[in-house]
Amino acid sequence: MSDNPTYEFALRMGDNSLVLGQSVSAWCGHAPILEEDIALANVALDLIGQTRMWLGLAGELEGKGRSADDLAFLRDARGFRNCLLVEQPNGDFGQTLMRQFLFDAWHHPMLKVLADTDDARIAEIAEKSVKEVSYHLDRSTDLIIRLGDGSDESHGRMQTALDGLWCYTGELYAADAIDEAVLTGGVRKIEEQYKDYTSKVIDEATLTIPETTFMHKGGKAGLHTEALGPLLADMQILQRSHPGAQW
Amino acid sequence: MYAQEVKSTGKGVKSLDEMEPIERAFQEKVNAGIKIEPKDWMPEGYRKTLIRQISQHAHSEIVGQLPEGAWITRAPTLERKAILIAKVQDEAGHGLYLYCAAETLGVSRDQMTEQLLSGKAKYSSIFNYPTLTWADIGAIGWLVDGAAIMNQVPLQRCSFGPYSRAMIRVCKEESFHQRQGYDIMMKLCNGTQAQQEMAQDALNRWWQPSLMMFGPSDAQSVHSAQSMAWKIKQDTNDELRQKFVDQTVPQAKYLGLCVPDPDLKWNEEKGGYDFGEIDWEEFFEVVAGNGPCNADRMAARRKAWSDGAWFRDGLMAHAHKKQTRNVAAE
Ligand SMILES: [Fe+2]
Ligand SMILES: [Fe+2]
Ligand SMILES: [Fe+2]
Repeated sequence: MSDNPTYEFALRMGDNSLVLGQSVSAWCGHAPILEEDIALANVALDLIGQTRMWLGLAGELEGKGRSADDLAFLRDARGFRNCLLVEQPNGDFGQTLMRQFLFDAWHHPMLKVLADTDDARIAEIAEKSVKEVSYHLDRSTDLIIRLGDGSDESHGRMQTALDGLWCYTGELYAADAIDEAVLTGGVRKIEEQYKDYTSKVIDEATLTIPETTFMHKGGKAGLHTEALGPLLADMQILQRSHPGAQW
Repeated sequence: MYAQEVKSTGKGVKSLDEMEPIERAFQEKVNAGIKIEPKDWMPEGYRKTLIRQISQHAHSEIVGQLPEGAWITRAPTLERKAILIAKVQDEAGHGLYLYCAAETLGVSRDQMTEQLLSGKAKYSSIFNYPTLTWADIGAIGWLVDGAAIMNQVPLQRCSFGPYSRAMIRVCKEESFHQRQGYDIMMKLCNGTQAQQEMAQDALNRWWQPSLMMFGPSDAQSVHSAQSMAWKIKQDTNDELRQKFVDQTVPQAKYLGLCVPDPDLKWNEEKGGYDFGEIDWEEFFEVVAGNGPCNADRMAARRKAWSDGAWFRDGLMAHAHKKQTRNVAAE
């Protein structure tokens, strides 16, 4: 791990939005209804835009001349710092939506805290992103409630998605030294807000949080699930097979 | 074009004298350049032709998401990825406004979707060709969106108001699509040997299919005359194709690429290029469902629709529950 916590932190934020944006963008043309094709493309676009800002900052802080593209396309899976939640596969549309909701519910309070930090570079990116993410959260919240409290089938699918993904949420707010260094007093607040908000929405959706308290972690330190490798192989193919080419 | 196989009534164009007063009034409005709106009287043939044309156009936008969408996850830079997502999203948006325009003529989006998925409705032949390399994304933007603009600019003046207005919105976005495609080609043509070869290969594969986008030669299409009288169509297929060739050949030269047509040469007298015969047999096979990707495209659309059924039903079920609760609370 680097001794520059801000660099590590920017990588984490950038990798989260990159990996999630990458997966969400794969729905283009395949969503259940045209309006969802458009909405998911919007979310993916926002996330890729945020990636460019975070990884751009990480590259500057690292000071080795690596661009956002170098970081995105030329690191191996062990170098990625995203949380495990965002690398979970798209699955059915319910899993994609649940993954989005569980992420947005953390992403939003996180960006709110970051928008108030003393580090102007971080605050500026957070400020720009928080409006977009507040829309993502409204949208995913609304869909989780409607589908959870929808038909028997939609309820069942949303519950299955929640059962499968809940164990990846603990890593989001479990702060390590890097989070503490950047977020200072904000760490507890994010955890509290996350737990309150998710339990309230899940309840309104007539869904049940799984009883198990076990939570996976490792992403922040570069220890990923098997899902990340194929995602990166697909994403990085052109940069890897044409080294040094301009696109 | 995006609606290559639109057949209008095919009875031959009536003169004003042969028309009943109501039809004559309609035709005079069209002749005077006054837009026809959904609530106005219109001949049944006009309505049917427009429904077919607009829905084919909409289906083309929807199916058209697939060949390019396949490269979103593999786009080589973050900026290219963002641009491609935005482009494919625009195409979905075009599909949406066009479905809305068709709905004003009394057909529902569900009916149109059903016609697409059952194979009854057509979409542009171009989207049944595969995207094999990144250069294909450049070639599609440059050639396919370029041909789309060529066709859609005159449709902005179409006699049917909602279609004409949809085209005005769509055309603005299409020119951005074409620019980004050409920009991809520029980068490749100024790039490594492998990139240049990729660009040439893409032009080789997309050139003929792009020319086919304008539809069969006018000599073979019996239905053009009525559509032109109704101002649903403004130029003939061959005129548009010629304009496209004349515009595109110099662009290929600027890129340093070779247009794959040994018969291509400048004709001073007509002030345009002569070009080789198009393989219409291939075109009709593709339209009939035998193109390289017809089966995959349809399978992808059917899968999206059937996998998504629970989602659409779930939202409906929620809306019903909410309504029932509201009634109970009153
Ligand atoms: Fe198009
Ligand atoms: Fe379009
Ligand atoms: Fe386009």
